[in-house]
Amino acid sequence: MPLRDVFLPRTLDDLWDTLEQRPESMVYAGGTDLFVRLRSGSIAPPSLVCLERLNEIKGVRDEGEFLFIGAATTHGFLLAHPLTVEHFPILAKALAVLASPPVRHMGTIGGNIVNASPAGDTLPPLYVLDAEIEISSRREVRRMPLADFIFGPGEVLLGKGEILTGVRVKKLTNENVHHYEKVGLRKGQACAVASLAALLRLSPSGVVEEARLAWGSVGPTVVTLTEVEHALTGEVLSHDTLKGLIPLVRDNVSPIDDVRASAEYRRIVAGQLLLRLQQYRWGGP
Amino acid sequence: MNISFRLNGEKVEIDVRPDRRVVDLLREDFGLTGTKESCGAGDCGACTILVDGESRLSCLMLAAQLQEREIVTIEGLSDEETLHPIQSAFVERGAVQCGFCVPGMILASVDLLKRNPTPTRHDIREGLSGNLCRCTGYHKIVDAVEDAAACLKDDPCR
Repeated sequence: MPLRDVFLPRTLDDLWDTLEQRPESMVYAGGTDLFVRLRSGSIAPPSLVCLERLNEIKGVRDEGEFLFIGAATTHGFLLAHPLTVEHFPILAKALAVLASPPVRHMGTIGGNIVNASPAGDTLPPLYVLDAEIEISSRREVRRMPLADFIFGPGEVLLGKGEILTGVRVKKLTNENVHHYEKVGLRKGQACAVASLAALLRLSPSGVVEEARLAWGSVGPTVVTLTEVEHALTGEVLSHDTLKGLIPLVRDNVSPIDDVRASAEYRRIVAGQLLLRLQQYRWGGP
Repeated sequence: MNISFRLNGEKVEIDVRPDRRVVDLLREDFGLTGTKESCGAGDCGACTILVDGESRLSCLMLAAQLQEREIVTIEGLSDEETLHPIQSAFVERGAVQCGFCVPGMILASVDLLKRNPTPTRHDIREGLSGNLCRCTGYHKIVDAVEDAAACLKDDPCR
């Protein structure tokens, strides 16, 4: 195996220098996805740049109306952070079932985004939260909606010399249902066969006043279906309402067959996942 | 590349290629074969080590990432004469069959009990969800961690 250089920049300025000198480098933070691909030989970068020592892009910053999460923040840190739990229970629920504790201590939110797997557990919550991402290079900082950044499995709008530096999420005020469920082949350490993130505002009588829904693992990227959100709005969050929407979900997702499940099974599960929402009708669980 | 870090309480320095996997460095260069490799992909937890006190997977880390870190492997958990209370609990509960997963299970338990000194059985299962035991000895492992948690609350246990 050829010798591969590994750089550990301590500051963003160091990073920009390294990326200029070694533009063919591959950038990683936790490495939990990258090293699996490296080992299989599907990628073979001549050098690696590890972001784990860049304190400038680690941690959570309270910006008043928004929360800024540094891209190199580990899932474990985020899950244990009081601001995540207080403002984004939907994200905390997804982080709690993401991989396993040691992987959560290594993997980062930025890695989950840039890896852009349709099964990435933080992605459906970040889609319904309308997360905005921050991309930086030596010269500029630009921002865009997460949903525009990811355009296919593993495909993101990141140019040479740029890295993802963080995610900005607006704090919620009225949403009282935060739901995330993943169906996998086992409970721990499972890649999603299908998942659903749902953020709802429910009236005291159980009428849906606002709904945001996003499915994972049932399309090339996270799937959002505004027609289902509209159809749910104004309705009582009942079994009948949700059941009535299942065909609309099944018709509009575009899953594939793979080693974990068939497309047909995923289509069925994507619809059925909606039924779980009825548990919140009376304020539970 | 010259890398210096603390390994099981001692300062070490080694000249090594920066892209060497930490699991290989520990097993082959330092002879610390208590750290096991099974899947090599982050699924099984056999290669778990503590990095600055936190459980991480040594098959998914490169040597360069050890720089300035505090590393604990199963060999560094106790001295030669005594066992760590979690190790004792594994012995007493018979939570070992082939033993291959045990170093990882024990280090993951150290991390778990540091974060949550009074875990429920459910918490223990979640805390060890990244560690696979193919002899299917999970019940006794959970028993052992439960015992160790109870024991660690009392000082005389240590």
